[in-house]
Amino acid sequence: MGKGLFPYILKRLLGAIPTLLILATFVFFLMRFAPGGPFDGDRVFPKDVQAAIDARYGLDLPLWQQYLKWLSSVTLHFDFGESFQYVGRTVNEMIGSSLPPSLLLGGLALVFAVALGVPLGVLAAWRQGTWMDSSAIFLAIAGVSLPSYLIASTLVLVFSLKLGWFPPALWEERSSVVLPVITLGLRPLAITARLVRASVIETLSSDYIRTAYAKGQTVTKILFHHALRNSLIPVITVLGPLAASLVTGSFLVEMVFQVPGLGKHFVGAVLNRDYPMVMGVTLVYGAILIVSNLLVDVACAMLDPRIRLETAEG
Amino acid sequence: MKSFAKKFLRHRVALASLVFLAVVSVGAGFAPVFTRQSYEVQNIEEKLETPNAQHWMGTDTLGRDLYSRVVYGARMSLSVGVITALLSLTVGTLVGAIAGYRGGKIDAALMRVVDVFYIFPSLLIAILLTVYFGRGFLGILVAITLTSWVTHARLVRNLVLQSKEMLYVESARSLGLSGTRILLRHILPNILGPMIVSLTFQIPTNIMSESFLSFIGLGLEPPYSSWGTLANEGFRAMKSFPHLILFPGTVLFVTLLAFNALGDGVRDVLDPRGKRDFGA
Repeated sequence: MGKGLFPYILKRLLGAIPTLLILATFVFFLMRFAPGGPFDGDRVFPKDVQAAIDARYGLDLPLWQQYLKWLSSVTLHFDFGESFQYVGRTVNEMIGSSLPPSLLLGGLALVFAVALGVPLGVLAAWRQGTWMDSSAIFLAIAGVSLPSYLIASTLVLVFSLKLGWFPPALWEERSSVVLPVITLGLRPLAITARLVRASVIETLSSDYIRTAYAKGQTVTKILFHHALRNSLIPVITVLGPLAASLVTGSFLVEMVFQVPGLGKHFVGAVLNRDYPMVMGVTLVYGAILIVSNLLVDVACAMLDPRIRLETAEG
Repeated sequence: MKSFAKKFLRHRVALASLVFLAVVSVGAGFAPVFTRQSYEVQNIEEKLETPNAQHWMGTDTLGRDLYSRVVYGARMSLSVGVITALLSLTVGTLVGAIAGYRGGKIDAALMRVVDVFYIFPSLLIAILLTVYFGRGFLGILVAITLTSWVTHARLVRNLVLQSKEMLYVESARSLGLSGTRILLRHILPNILGPMIVSLTFQIPTNIMSESFLSFIGLGLEPPYSSWGTLANEGFRAMKSFPHLILFPGTVLFVTLLAFNALGDGVRDVLDPRGKRDFGA
């Protein structure tokens, strides 16, 4: 690997451009052909006022011209335009201020999921068939069966309304991070634990583990040093889809907990037909997905020298 | 098939899940038989009651019987889950089978489409599609199907690619059978196991997607309800009236749990070595 890494990353990033372009085009026309417009409200504007508004935001141009205009301003100046919903604020500015909370939330949730999910999976595999294993399995199935808003409402009911330990919403103090992170991280935790369990069980039956036992290694060392290391590949492979589910899951969690992140803006932007904002947020989400998939592939290749990074498949 | 039934019956968790799901489905299908009150009639004098003999799960902010709403909500949630799972499996199988069997340029082109869909933030696209197709049953079906077929396409393509190399396909080809016939009559029956497993897991995922859409207010219009819309209403009044989210939430959770446990069981029986694909 080593030498080929940089060209590989570059190739993958270049390959992402057409994908993002297709995504952008699809969303652009989907939004435009959807019924309703950005300034249809209860108030009906006089014709000349409506025309002035349309001219101000370039909505009077033919659709293809609007598309090309948007495309060129994004590609040439990295300018996503002005929000329709929040007068006088640019999409760049709004994404700039709402991306950090979203990334923090997603990152912490991923850490939470891996930090608890891996030991839980190892424990279940080591004690396969015991009550510890069954409860880990139950937890894993329950974790993927709980919609995040139910986790959120249970946590809020218990830990903020009854016990008063954490604030029920908003993103102000350090402690306000706790409930959203648990809510977002529970599902990936369940998935990780389950995968680690399956993978470790498979590894534990291999010859070199028996050799390690025969040499008199301690159980902890065998589990975490020998077995886990070789069981990590499938776990890392799934981190890509996991990051994806964190990305799409985050916006619901953000809505519920009133986190001032990207997701909170998205639904409002869609409902208000804030075209530039919708485009901006979708592209940022798409880019995050692409980058996390790339990171996963690179991580896999680093952990396992047998895996070669191939660009042929794109 | 006989051994499948035998093994399945021995899988207690899966069997219990199946029985539970059967009860829920019957309840949903024959909702009028199992409810005494209407799900839509508002009775303001009885609003926001906690569970009692008259209203087993209490009443909502408009005085509607919550139990009836949960039972009728099951209709929506289950049918969306099952129909979209079947639709996405059909679309995915079609694309995956053609790509895998034909190979070459057709494969490359189809997989390019799949890759693009794979990178789409699915829930976001589902939200956009619901806006485009309008709120309601049809819009939700299209939105969820279009964002969930990709996983099946990838799975079926891989399975077909593997089967193509096998002797029975080769001998079918040497007998001069047509490609379509080989695919439909020989390959598909052989890869049905993993496809069924994938279908079983798709149902709870799609029920959850529907509940997400409903939760953020893009689901059915009132007075119709799904478990997601009920949870949405409950969430807003959660502080003072926790029963409004507790009952629909628990029913939804236990149902999803049963589907996932059933999926696990079916996989254990049909396809013991297969790994679950957790595609987003």
